[in-house]
Amino acid sequence: MADNFDALLNALPLILEGLIITLQLTVGGAILAMATAVVLGVLAQQDNILLRGFARVIIEFFRGTSLVVQLFWLFFVLPQFGLSFPAMAVGIAALGLNYGAYGAEIVRGSINSVPAGQWEATTALSLSKLQGMRRVIFPQAWALMIPSLSNLLVHLLKGTAIVSFITMADLTFRIDQLRVDTNTFFAYGVGLVLYFLIAYVLTLAMNALEARAKHKLGRGVSLPEALNLRSADTGVTSSTKEHV
Amino acid sequence: MEKRYGDNVVLRGLNFDVAKGDRVTLIGPSGSGKTTILRLVMTLEEAEGGYIFVDGEPLTHEERGGARVEMKGSHKHRLRQRIGMVFQQFNLFPNMTVMQNIIEAPVHVLGMSKKAAIAKAEGLLEQVGLADKAHSHPLELSGGQQQRVAIARALAMDPEILLLDEVTSALDPEIVGEVLGILRHIAETTDITMLIVTHEMQFARDVSNRVLMFDGGRIIEEATPEVMFSNPQHERTQSFLQAVLGNPMVEAAE
Ligand SMILES: Nc1ncnc2c1ncn2[C@@H]1O[C@H](COP(=O)(O)OP(=O)(O)O)[C@@H](O)[C@H]1O
Ligand SMILES: [Mg+2]
Repeated sequence: MADNFDALLNALPLILEGLIITLQLTVGGAILAMATAVVLGVLAQQDNILLRGFARVIIEFFRGTSLVVQLFWLFFVLPQFGLSFPAMAVGIAALGLNYGAYGAEIVRGSINSVPAGQWEATTALSLSKLQGMRRVIFPQAWALMIPSLSNLLVHLLKGTAIVSFITMADLTFRIDQLRVDTNTFFAYGVGLVLYFLIAYVLTLAMNALEARAKHKLGRGVSLPEALNLRSADTGVTSSTKEHV
Repeated sequence: MEKRYGDNVVLRGLNFDVAKGDRVTLIGPSGSGKTTILRLVMTLEEAEGGYIFVDGEPLTHEERGGARVEMKGSHKHRLRQRIGMVFQQFNLFPNMTVMQNIIEAPVHVLGMSKKAAIAKAEGLLEQVGLADKAHSHPLELSGGQQQRVAIARALAMDPEILLLDEVTSALDPEIVGEVLGILRHIAETTDITMLIVTHEMQFARDVSNRVLMFDGGRIIEEATPEVMFSNPQHERTQSFLQAVLGNPMVEAAE
């Protein structure tokens, strides 16, 4: 066991490097995914058939083809046409577009579940479509979509591991190396803990966003309450008794 | 006007004028098309045929060379600003405080300064008896309070035409009176043209100068409230009023 920890200590700098790559991919991918999701999600529920059609094609394309294949295309195929990008950019682009396409459905669904009466009130007050969306509908939809987006981001984090296919030494890659000097159980145990911690921080951050969004709607818990451990998809706060 | 939902013809051959400053109450059984008319005027629905004119200007469509042509978005936007609507379900924006709800359109549509809009909103909140609720969220208010905010929000745009669609139907009976009282006051102190859909016949009698009785998307009877409620001519009107009022004469006189 002590050998394992020595090995871990020796590998720590490299694991940290891997961790940083994974974090960069996660944060960069998350930002791109959120932007993609919002843009495509809003376009996908427009009346204008061209805008809606454009969004649908992009969404279905990225959802319908595998992430690995998209990654290979961006990294190995495009350079044959003289277009080559750094691995990090390719990783972020593939993750962001792929998860963004899924996120677009979440955004579209949330916008559609804002009661029709809200749209009607914006018309009755002569707000433009854009003003209505930006100032009334989207802020309400935002509060609805955060739990699902939060889940999606955790999936995105786990999805970052595939970038080792395109020569990137991310956390999973480094953990795999650690396995050589320790054993499968130990190395992947370390991996489990590290991924869990990142996912946990990600979930906390999204919970904070959700609490803030709900608070703006005049309901919902205060931020400290929201920072309790809870599962993102149900929004059920873990009982305080468990902590006693 | 002609309006259909699929095969369901809701309005056909409907034609009526409302003079400036008129208070017109639309009555009639559920499904007779009253809400549809208000929604058409608010441009929340599109008609299949016919034209709506506001102060002589076509609202959504006009006849050009024998064809029914849709008006430009900017035209509709400009005319729409002269029309306000209060809904049965209030439809306040839950992502904004009461004050933000009221100043939203004056600031972002009319381009009023925030300061002026707030001053105006404070006056309106005073008028609807909610001066202390400016910084509350809509969901913290009772139904009656929310509807009063919605009235203030509509008035903040200085509408020339106000559409009221069963604005007390979602409220508990004991708070209907406070909302109607405010509307009565507005009717007395302004010259806003009003189209009112309501089952509150006493209110209709107090504020309106014309009552239109609808059935199956047509006006079957039109009269002053005095005549309509005390001496309805059409058999459908008689039975409708009987059903709504029990005894129309006694209740309306109360
Ligand atoms: N969104 C809609 N889709 C389909 N049918 C509708 C819709 N809104 C109203 N209708 C139909 O139009 C008719 C008139 O409805 P409405 O104007 O709401 O009547 P009222 O307000 O007098 O009760 C009814 O038959 C109703 O079922
Ligand atoms: Mg109705």
